[in-house]
Amino acid sequence: MTLRLTNTAKTYPDGTRALLPTGLTVDTGEVVSLLGPSGCGKTTLLRIIAGLETPDAGGEIWFDEDNVTALPVERRNVGMVFQSYALFPNMSVRANIGYGLKMQRLPKPEIDARVHEVLDMCQLGDFSHRDIAALSGGQRQRVALARAIAPRPRVLLLDEPLSALDAALRETLRDELAILLRKFEITAIFVTHDQDEAMAIADRVAVMSQGRVAQSGTPEELYRNPQSAFVAGFVGNAMQLKGQIDGSALMLPGGVLPLQQDGTGQDVFVRAEDVLVDPTGPLSGQVESVTFLGTHYRVSIRGIMTDVLTSIFPGQNAPKPGDTVQISIKPEALMLLQQTGSAE
Amino acid sequence: MFNSKAKMLQLTVTLTACAFLLIPTILSVMAGVTANYFQGISSGLTFKWVYKVWELYADSIFLSLWIAIACLFVTLIIGLPAAYGLARHPGWLSRLLEEFISLPLAVPGLALALALLQLYGSMKGFRVSWTFILVGHVLYTLPFMVRSILAVLAAMDLKTLEEGAASLGASPWQRFRDIVVPNAMPGILAGALTVVTLSIGEFNLTWMLHTPYLKTLPVGLADSYASMRLEIASAYTLVFFVLIVPLLMAMQWASARAQRIAQ
Repeated sequence: MTLRLTNTAKTYPDGTRALLPTGLTVDTGEVVSLLGPSGCGKTTLLRIIAGLETPDAGGEIWFDEDNVTALPVERRNVGMVFQSYALFPNMSVRANIGYGLKMQRLPKPEIDARVHEVLDMCQLGDFSHRDIAALSGGQRQRVALARAIAPRPRVLLLDEPLSALDAALRETLRDELAILLRKFEITAIFVTHDQDEAMAIADRVAVMSQGRVAQSGTPEELYRNPQSAFVAGFVGNAMQLKGQIDGSALMLPGGVLPLQQDGTGQDVFVRAEDVLVDPTGPLSGQVESVTFLGTHYRVSIRGIMTDVLTSIFPGQNAPKPGDTVQISIKPEALMLLQQTGSAE
Repeated sequence: MFNSKAKMLQLTVTLTACAFLLIPTILSVMAGVTANYFQGISSGLTFKWVYKVWELYADSIFLSLWIAIACLFVTLIIGLPAAYGLARHPGWLSRLLEEFISLPLAVPGLALALALLQLYGSMKGFRVSWTFILVGHVLYTLPFMVRSILAVLAAMDLKTLEEGAASLGASPWQRFRDIVVPNAMPGILAGALTVVTLSIGEFNLTWMLHTPYLKTLPVGLADSYASMRLEIASAYTLVFFVLIVPLLMAMQWASARAQRIAQ
């Protein structure tokens, strides 16, 4: 199913503008993630698509050729996975999964067959007769997914489906969820505040900020070619190199960096993995702290710019705090973005 | 040494307290099955008085049971949707409404009865019908039903559960039937037992509202104390105990269960 939103906005009765007029198109079978910090409007957008919130007048929601804007949630045929899962405590796993099929008034044998199929797909067969209370967090998450998918919805909507799990489990289930969503071959929209989650699961990520979509693209595009300071910072934690730009040179307190092109009127950003400790580098600063992270060290360096500059050091012999180090940054690793009034 | 002395003291105090509570009860019950109270237990044991109570007051007992069941029915019809509405729309208005329906708890039953008499006393048909007493009982027991259900509903994320059901295609009525009612059941059960127990035992409001032809069980009890021989009054107490104690125990159990869920 192709989902199309036009001019969709949400203003709450108290005047809060949770979502500014937004357009969004999701192609058949595409998994799109809405990524952004809390309060950016991503959950509001998802709830408008589900039919749990009414958009302001003027907005339209289309499922293929059907305008569903005026339909209540129960008639939109969407599958929804809630942050808290919202499993029905008065029903067994099997009854939870079968509930949507029962609402569609399918004959009992067909309900049983479909529930069985979904149980198998989500590897829940052994738990089908359990009470909800007797399940672990990961199992609950899978039941919630199975319940949403069983009625074969037109679109699957997931609201932070992994955030209720502990960190270790989250990573495993993240990959599992990515595989399952591909197996279902369903159009899906996935809300998260975690960039790793969005990147791992989605075909396309829409980064949201302050009630609007700041940029939308594949994870690689967003990472390599951010269009705004916000996206650069939120996806991949880019740091702004604050200095004076003079033509194609960036003057920093710790030295001068060459730019690939004229940088007048631009802000310069760099990612920690592109900041290299290099004895021949043009910048020099003092190591403030060194954190060992298993595969690499994170080195914080002061003196190159007013803020601390972070570098990823992959080798064995990391510099020590207090050491003076030379730093190089390849010109092609620098991201130049049009200056905005507020860089946030 | 000290330890065992302290224990002895504890035991003595406990036993004394038990005796203080139990002996009058036992004496009263015994009086109800003693052939002649003034001659004491040596006159023999008999169920004669219990039969006599049945003869004289069976109507009161049935009326009480009938009113209790009707009261349960009415409080459920009003209380369940009310509790649901309050749980679904939390806010100052809901708090105020909840306090408002709880007012009859703070007002003495007599005052409540007087107000009912002032308002409806001139409606002759209604005034002498059992439904008049029912109205009083509903006013008095409704807050227990509402609060009991509300406590359980407030403990779960009702809004999200309903949204979940709605996303699966359930209409508002189906959500209420399939999700709200089953999950509220412990609260409904606790509330129902409380309502029945309170309705059967209610005296002071009922006493004001009753007519000579409409005596409930506790009003009949007062009547028998005032006008019958002591053995009959005692036998009546026995009958009352037999009815109310199992209900009371069931109520305790159900309330404890509902509270566990609400926490």
